[in-house]
Amino acid sequence: MSPSAESAEATGAAEAAAGRGRAELSEGARQERRLGLLLCAPAVVVMVAVTAYPIAYAVYLSLQRYDLRFPGQAHWVGLSNYGAVLSSPFWWQALWVTVLITVVSVAVELVLGMALALVMHRAVFGRGTVRTAVLIPYGIVTVVAAYSWQYAWTPGTGYLAALLPAGSAPLTDQWQAIGLIILAEVWKTTPFMALLLLAGLALVPGETVRAAMVDGANFWQRLRLVILPLMKPAILVALLFRTLDAFRIFDNIYVLTGGSNDTGSVSILGYDNLFTALNLGIGSAISVLIFLCVAVIAFCFIKIFGASAPGGEPERR
Amino acid sequence: MMSHRGRTLTGWGVVNLIVVLYALFPVWWIVALSFKDPSTLSDGDFIPREWTWANYRGIFQTSEFTRALINSIGIAVIATTIAVVLGTMAAYAVARLRFPGKRLLIGMSLLIAMFPPISLVSPLFNIERVLGIFDTWAGLIIPYMTFSLPLAIYTLSAFFREIPWDLEKAAKVDGATPWQAFRLVIAPLAAPGVFTTGILVFIFCWNDFLFAISLTSTTAARTVPAAIAFFTGSSQFQQPTGSIAAAAVVITVPIVVFVLLFQRRIVAGLTAGAVKG
Repeated sequence: MSPSAESAEATGAAEAAAGRGRAELSEGARQERRLGLLLCAPAVVVMVAVTAYPIAYAVYLSLQRYDLRFPGQAHWVGLSNYGAVLSSPFWWQALWVTVLITVVSVAVELVLGMALALVMHRAVFGRGTVRTAVLIPYGIVTVVAAYSWQYAWTPGTGYLAALLPAGSAPLTDQWQAIGLIILAEVWKTTPFMALLLLAGLALVPGETVRAAMVDGANFWQRLRLVILPLMKPAILVALLFRTLDAFRIFDNIYVLTGGSNDTGSVSILGYDNLFTALNLGIGSAISVLIFLCVAVIAFCFIKIFGASAPGGEPERR
Repeated sequence: MMSHRGRTLTGWGVVNLIVVLYALFPVWWIVALSFKDPSTLSDGDFIPREWTWANYRGIFQTSEFTRALINSIGIAVIATTIAVVLGTMAAYAVARLRFPGKRLLIGMSLLIAMFPPISLVSPLFNIERVLGIFDTWAGLIIPYMTFSLPLAIYTLSAFFREIPWDLEKAAKVDGATPWQAFRLVIAPLAAPGVFTTGILVFIFCWNDFLFAISLTSTTAARTVPAAIAFFTGSSQFQQPTGSIAAAAVVITVPIVVFVLLFQRRIVAGLTAGAVKG
């Protein structure tokens, strides 16, 4: 498991030790502990059974040569599947595309989301309308939105393709297609980013901003020197969620290009190896590698977070 | 010459209009496509020249779509119910009770919220075939409720922290056990938060595509987003564009209804979970 789980486990153990250290637990406290554990148990059992066990099984599968067409011939091959994936240009191509899409879309979303949050925060009228409108991209099924974009950019069907010079088919060119995938991703997830930032914006004390105004700070100075530093925790949480979410991108690419012309993400590569090539061993190795990438990204963010990680909050109680 | 106030209002009007157009134009396009006659489907017009229900009649005549719609509704409702029940129990404990291992639970939910679903697809595919639940409702309900549990726990524990402590204490002073305090005092106060969480979890389950195409192979459990990707035209030379657009609009309707009715709750739920817990 990832480092954050280990540290949580360590602190959990420390808490338990502290509990034992207390001379006598009152009957009420003991009852409370029992109820607490009892209430959490079903959720914990489900989460462990459906994620921890399968990921361990995925590691096991990734060490086998396992072709779904010949399940009887599955056998142990050690790390050779990882060797095959890591020495394959397809993996590095997919990883590069995934990282590119993640970095660009999250960066654009942060700027657009901040603008949208400011609009929702400061709007003189029509706040309800704007919030309702931006919830549509958040709530809409990704595949539905992806089909809308796909038809819009398909020459002969789409209104957007009609705006382009004749003969161009943007979804069949690698760079243009990646740009359109990013556009679809940004459209869908900017509202979510904006709502998280809006919540952070609401926590910025109004007096502080007004004081800066009285001192003669203009809008940009107030934003850069007062509002943004105070919003840092909210911004980091939003960035963490969106970065990990963008790294898993699958639906938009599946519908827009199907991963053709080198536009596939690592998730698309894993899916293709499983269900097109029917290679469970290689597919599982890719699954495990994606899991490790996500763990590394999460670890880096939590290192930056420090105490402001969402998991650290309950201490305040 | 407009007054300062008039200019401000006009400015905000324009800004609001831009935001609304931004949010709605891809939605409008798929709606427009779904109402186009097959002969005008590829004209690229932003507004259909002639409006027709033909595409909707078409998809509702095939069991391929109606079956998928039933699957989508059934699976999302069951997964949401289970996730909200388990999440409510865990979130109550996190928000109100002192017990060992609380941080472990929080850490684990956070970890699962970040988990890449593709990493689970290959092992679940194999495990579900062995257990005989591949291509069944249970085969999708299980991953859906698991991945929505962290969302449920975070959102609910944030809501639960806002409920006044004193009422629970008062109940305990009156002789209620912690379980009675939970059932008779806190649960009714928590109902709005539970309802909001239910909507968020439902949207999450309704939205899934990866598990739906990976863990199903027939129409037995395939949900609408996955079924759309397998739509074929009525003949080999016909594109299924109209059917896909109509099906897409049908599954967008519940989302739009939720958003219109519960805008405030959804915003509160999304931000409560992410910022406070």
